[in-house]
Amino acid sequence: MAASTDTTADQPTGKAETAKKAGAPARSDGSDAFLSVRDLRVHFSTDDGVVKAVDGLSFDVEKGRTLGIVGESGSGKSVSSLTILGLHNREKTKIEGEIRFDGRELITMPERKLRDLRGRRISMIFQDPLTALSPFYTVGEQIAESYRRHLGANRSDAHARAIEMLDRVGIPNPKTRVNDYPHHFSGGMRQRAMIAMSLVCDPDLLIADEPTTALDVTVQAQILDLLRDLQDEFGTAILFITHDLGVIAQMAHDVLVMYAGRSVEKGTVREVLKNPRHPYTWGLLSSMPNLSGDVDVPLRPVRGTPPSLLAPPPGCPFHPRCDYADVVGGERCRTEPPLLALSEGRGTACHLSAEDKQRIFIDDVRPLLG
Amino acid sequence: MLRFLVRRLLGVAAILLVVSLITFYLFFAASGEDSVVRLSCGKNCTPEMRETVRHNLGLTKPLLEQYWIFISGIFAGRNIGEKTCNFPCLGYSFANNQNVSHTVADRFPTTVSLAIGAVVLFMTLGIGLGILAAMRRGKKTDKVATGFALLSGSAPIYVLGPLFIYLFVQQLGWMDRPQYHQFTDDPFQWASGLLLPWICLMTIHMAMYVRLTRSTMVDVLSEDYVRTLKAKGLSGRSVYIKHAFRGALSPIVTVLGVDIGVLMSGTIITESTFSLHGIGMLAVTSVTDSDLPMMMGVVVIAASFTMLANLVVDLLYAVIDPRVRLS
Repeated sequence: MAASTDTTADQPTGKAETAKKAGAPARSDGSDAFLSVRDLRVHFSTDDGVVKAVDGLSFDVEKGRTLGIVGESGSGKSVSSLTILGLHNREKTKIEGEIRFDGRELITMPERKLRDLRGRRISMIFQDPLTALSPFYTVGEQIAESYRRHLGANRSDAHARAIEMLDRVGIPNPKTRVNDYPHHFSGGMRQRAMIAMSLVCDPDLLIADEPTTALDVTVQAQILDLLRDLQDEFGTAILFITHDLGVIAQMAHDVLVMYAGRSVEKGTVREVLKNPRHPYTWGLLSSMPNLSGDVDVPLRPVRGTPPSLLAPPPGCPFHPRCDYADVVGGERCRTEPPLLALSEGRGTACHLSAEDKQRIFIDDVRPLLG
Repeated sequence: MLRFLVRRLLGVAAILLVVSLITFYLFFAASGEDSVVRLSCGKNCTPEMRETVRHNLGLTKPLLEQYWIFISGIFAGRNIGEKTCNFPCLGYSFANNQNVSHTVADRFPTTVSLAIGAVVLFMTLGIGLGILAAMRRGKKTDKVATGFALLSGSAPIYVLGPLFIYLFVQQLGWMDRPQYHQFTDDPFQWASGLLLPWICLMTIHMAMYVRLTRSTMVDVLSEDYVRTLKAKGLSGRSVYIKHAFRGALSPIVTVLGVDIGVLMSGTIITESTFSLHGIGMLAVTSVTDSDLPMMMGVVVIAASFTMLANLVVDLLYAVIDPRVRLS
């Protein structure tokens, strides 16, 4: 998790987060969640075989709350988000499971109906705002396009709306900037424009796929602030995908840690960051530099590399990299995939007993976190 | 913008000078002088007669002086024998004593008509099939369109032309033998007279546009911003035409610029296949007749159009892609 070294305000202390997110609605019991993903499996067929990019993923996103999905590259975070909108390559992808959005099943929904949802009720922001915006049309035109498509507004109303949205996301002189092209904007401004574009139809769910990864740290903090403010204002549910635990600490109410296409740990941001219970989460946390504690605490990266999703290891996919596989008796970690047992939204997919988890965390892991 | 234009036009002028000088030099280097004198003088040519011919044709002066007379004459006009030749004066033909400017102006409408019709046809069909192939890539439509393009692109015009004439004119009798009529006289006759050569030119040029449109559109469709457009809920038509095709325009315009330049310089094979008297045929006869002024006229016109077409393409880049700055 080297990429998080440049974040300053993102130690998983949870102080800022509790203050800022106090107004968020309480978590419901999950069954009638706004977005509910159940046992999602996304398999690609490639020349080398079937890639199990997502393998039995379940999560919920509630209205007005933010679920952060965190994991290494290739853990299936982005694939899951693209699948929600049906933006995967339909010919090469096999999808199983359920994606229910506001009571409607999205996986079986025909493309035509999905299109009406995209950008209108569910919208998306991407990692690199330069390549995610068309270079051939003005920023205003690209914002207005969505508004006209979904709300049937005429050209001048949509243009006025684009100016309003640019103003809303904090772009100075929106009346002139609306006619600029993306290459006239700086990186942070482009991401603001992207956010304006995604929120122009006042969607209920915003999927943010690494929205701050391509930005420098100060701009990153501004964009996160903006997203939080807009969430308060619009009550949008946010699915926030990142590899950066610091960003998660600032943004999310709930966290889902993904590994090799599965969820390995789930809980509120406080629970997961202050009291993590999965060896992989421990690895992620202890590989982050701790700027508030001693500077000479060594970083402890997760050893090894993520498994190939073509042939994932049997049993727990994390066992080849796990330091505690031997603590569990017998061959269970190597043969039996652990299930994510949920109680009140908190869960860990690990064979370690609750006592072992607690003991190892206090003895081995916490000292590294400072 | 204005500075760019002025600089480019100066460049065009400079290149025209070089091109015409080289043509001029090559004429003498390839002993075009001897053959033209022999043609004019006839079989029983005495050295005195020969000198008279050379003098009459203005070939006695030093080469550079002749070149200067030619160039300055274009702008200032000049007197040749008893004839006055006004701006733009390209001289008088060695072969038939016609004013070169008038001959070129006379032949030009045929070439322009051929070019316009062909461009409209191959652009429409080529780009249309290309877009279709890109939208249905990997499917049957794609394979049929690209296969058709490959097939049509590999048929040479001297095979295609006679074949079409045989088929449509002689066997089926669907149309008359190609002929040039003035557009202003009768637009319908103009179009029907040129239909066969247009179809021939379309067939051979289209392939390029099908493949170019398809491949650039496929490239654009894999860009990140296309995913954003889909995530906005845009319809397929909007994604393909408004956005992806827009991204594919620059390379298409580039090739079109070259093609228009080529077509304006006269499609030699097409014109001779269908016996149409355009610039292309003029180029051929002027070379076989060692007709220096006519050759120079054709070269200057052809070179000008090629360069102007490319200048327009460069201007269009800036219109198509807002990131391009003219400088």
